[in-house]
Amino acid sequence: MEFKRVEITPEADKLLQELKQQHGEVIFHQSGGCCDGSSPMLLPKEDFYIDDNDILMGEVGGVKFYMSHDQFEYWKHTHLTVDIVKGRGGSFSLDIPTGYRFLIKSRMLNDEENKNLNP
Amino acid sequence: MSYSAPKFKEKYGNFINGKFQDPIDGQYFENHSPVDNKLLAKYPRSNEKDVNSAIEAANKAKHEWGNTSAAERAGILHKIADVIQENLETFAQMETADNGKSIRETMNADVPLAVDHFRYFASAIRAEEGSATELNENTLSLIINEPLGVVAQIIPWNFPLLMLAWKVAPALASGNCVVLKPAEQTPASATFLAEKIADLLPPGVFNVIHGFGPEAGKPLASSPNVDKVAFTGETTTGQLIMQYASKNLHPVTMELGGKSPNVFFNSIMDHDDAFLDKCIEGAVLFAFNQGEVCTAPSRILIQEDIYDEFIKRVIERTKAIKMGNPFEESTMMGAQASSDQHQKILEYIKIGKDEGAEVLAGGDAAKLDGDLANGFYIQPTILKGHNKMRVFQEEIFGPVVAVCTFKDEAEAIEIANDTMYGLGAGVWTRDAHQLYQIPRAIKAGRVWVNCYHDYPAHAPFGGYKKSGFGRENHLMMLNHYRQSKNMLISYDKNKLGFF
Repeated sequence: MEFKRVEITPEADKLLQELKQQHGEVIFHQSGGCCDGSSPMLLPKEDFYIDDNDILMGEVGGVKFYMSHDQFEYWKHTHLTVDIVKGRGGSFSLDIPTGYRFLIKSRMLNDEENKNLNP
Repeated sequence: MSYSAPKFKEKYGNFINGKFQDPIDGQYFENHSPVDNKLLAKYPRSNEKDVNSAIEAANKAKHEWGNTSAAERAGILHKIADVIQENLETFAQMETADNGKSIRETMNADVPLAVDHFRYFASAIRAEEGSATELNENTLSLIINEPLGVVAQIIPWNFPLLMLAWKVAPALASGNCVVLKPAEQTPASATFLAEKIADLLPPGVFNVIHGFGPEAGKPLASSPNVDKVAFTGETTTGQLIMQYASKNLHPVTMELGGKSPNVFFNSIMDHDDAFLDKCIEGAVLFAFNQGEVCTAPSRILIQEDIYDEFIKRVIERTKAIKMGNPFEESTMMGAQASSDQHQKILEYIKIGKDEGAEVLAGGDAAKLDGDLANGFYIQPTILKGHNKMRVFQEEIFGPVVAVCTFKDEAEAIEIANDTMYGLGAGVWTRDAHQLYQIPRAIKAGRVWVNCYHDYPAHAPFGGYKKSGFGRENHLMMLNHYRQSKNMLISYDKNKLGFF
């Protein structure tokens, strides 16, 4: 059996699908750093330059989820779930005007998951 | 003594071209206080049209403002400082209502430091000058500083007025016009300042645009009609702004946070004196401003032979942190700035526990009573673990510190530098050699030595590595907002002889 690194809750997926309707093709990029960092940012696909410095962690709700390579080194042993929380984050993420913010919930990957991850 | 939230109007406008203007499409957003989640006021949900109108006003004003004398600009900056000083209490109460931080911090740090930054840059531009160098007997090189023109500034919510002062004071001092976008979580103090200084500055020199990042921040950061973008925030938006700037070939400066190591060597425990007491406070400063500081000393590194004794005192001091109504003067730690921030911090505490970190203090949300039950409070939390854990590597932006030990100097340096970031660091020791050598070995823009969280206007501040680039504070900041015009003058009457 294959396991995914990233999943999404039904509530988050609902918001994601609405935002896709509104903005067209989008991607998630996990942010780091100050203020509203350490949160996933939802951006128009053409807006954010993705290259070999980014790792594709998986796909949720038809949206690719990326993280920078150096950040991935510290995250690779954890499983991520994209959820939403009521609130007003900053940043250029497309969810901000909705009054909800995407949020990452993490847990440790177990041994079986670790051996059978895709990607 | 107890304070309260100042009175707000029902709604505010954008400050464009010297007056408050309703958002063109008539949309507003509600701003709630993290103290009790109550509505404070409504602010414009601006879009590209409002942003462009502010940029246009700034461009109209830039020629005249750029040609004012340093004396004139300094005079105005001093007046702005006076206005903030005269309204210190109102600004402090506003910051507490808007951000949730304790009144004793806003009264004693945020607002007085903002005053001082305006005064510092007012003075700096009077004292500095360009240069004239005789390159040879017939050639003179003049270097004249010229403003860039219009600068876009996007500031965070953790120190709303102070971050405004850090960016706006040097930009105005060096003769630029500003379009400022405060964070959507904390629009209050920038608006109040605009109200108070509207008559001091010519129209268009200082503009404030409110709204959400993707709707107002993006058109501001990507506009071809600004000459520079200065940003404080997180890494993904930082990258995005640099991409926009690359299209326009505009300069940018970035301050993107950190995961700052606070390193305690064994000599601190040689005596039980005032200095040791200062070291203990230095470790507990992770809870300053509820941990919502880019430079928060969020990793404590303790030499292993003093670990047990030192951490005991740090835990004791942490547990003595008084939480409560941020408007009470005795409250040491207030509310986190927003509900999503609150939730994110709790998620980090959870993953820390999952990864095997030991909870030495706190470890949960703080439940306060009455009106405050709806506010966003977290217990100051100490997690013991190792540097590869996520809580040691990611900016939690809350009152959560990760503690580990080190054997010797080499290991201390290795752990301190094992991070994507390089904004701040602290080194605590009584050893004269370590005082110099360890800070030099740590890759961070600001290393506090036997102190922490001091932000004088006259000391440069900024990041290494993914913490960004460019500096804030200090007169070197002026050159981040200026061009260097070189006039190369020949006094030789004879031609070169090539043609």
